Amino acid sequence: MGPKIGVVTFPGSLDDQDALRAIQLCGAEPVSLWHGSDTLDGVAAVILPGGFSYGDYLRCGAISRFAPVMAEVIKAAEAGMPVLGICNGFQILCEAHLLPGALIRNDVRVFVCKDQDLRIESVDTTWTSDFRVGQVVNLVLKNGEGGYVADEDTLRRLEGDGQVIFRYVNGNPNGSFHDIAGICNERGNVVGLMPHPEHNVDGLTGPTQDGRPFFSSVSNFLSSKV
Amino acid sequence: MARVVVDVMPKPEILDPQGKAVTGALARLGFAGISVRQGKRFELELDGEITEERLAEVRRAAETLLANTVIETFDVRVEEPELAEADDAEADEEDEAEPADEAELAKQAG
Repeated sequence: MGPKIGVVTFPGSLDDQDALRAIQLCGAEPVSLWHGSDTLDGVAAVILPGGFSYGDYLRCGAISRFAPVMAEVIKAAEAGMPVLGICNGFQILCEAHLLPGALIRNDVRVFVCKDQDLRIESVDTTWTSDFRVGQVVNLVLKNGEGGYVADEDTLRRLEGDGQVIFRYVNGNPNGSFHDIAGICNERGNVVGLMPHPEHNVDGLTGPTQDGRPFFSSVSNFLSSKV
Repeated sequence: MARVVVDVMPKPEILDPQGKAVTGALARLGFAGISVRQGKRFELELDGEITEERLAEVRRAAETLLANTVIETFDVRVEEPELAEADDAEADEEDEAEPADEAELAKQAG
């Protein structure tokens, strides 16, 4: 078995099972983590999955960000543990200030559900090292509040430091500033994106298998570290 | 028991899709020349007296959870009890007036 990768289940998470399955398909050991727990059960990386945790009450991710397990996730992320936030997980990472900026309601004011093209802008993260810079991939995008916003200074810093990791191409689906689909922190261990790599790992159910490199990247990173 | 109101609004430079939707709906209903931005109002019931320390605590609560200061601004204000009572009194008067109105309406309808 490969390295242990945990997936946190919050009340209202939807894509935790798909994330666990994607981890297994890509050769790592999936570990289910509970939002109310105060331990990460010895995992080497954590995924915050998609869904509508706490019903999206108040703001998406605003309440989940204070779940007991998040104290451990924040501590581990600050110590360098790879953390990936997908969709609602991205919103939680922004609310937790592990990533800058925020996600607001789509400018088109409807829930968007489509196969979305993205360009890989950086491979210098623990979650994207198996991609090539400039590669265009296609992943499932499904959200109501996926508009990435940040102030001008933050955007300049993200662009300047290569922290924009994924950009929407062939149309901006939700009004995200600079067509940003995903970003990382300064260190590159924390990555958040709105599209869903865990839905694109199996030819039977996904239009592409472009999500696999996310899971293989982190597996390789963790295996080479041991 | 005292009431503190926290108003949370999207920052001016942040797109407010909900406000835009409401603006559009108002225009369609014939309410012309009205532009809406939509925020949230939180009513906080505080035990005991309101002191500067208590208010500072409410501001901390607003900054920690009620508002995301990356995209929103917030305003904390104490709802004056005298005013609240006056409002209640007014409301009572209206309540008392209502049955008469209803009787009037019933008469008209009959």
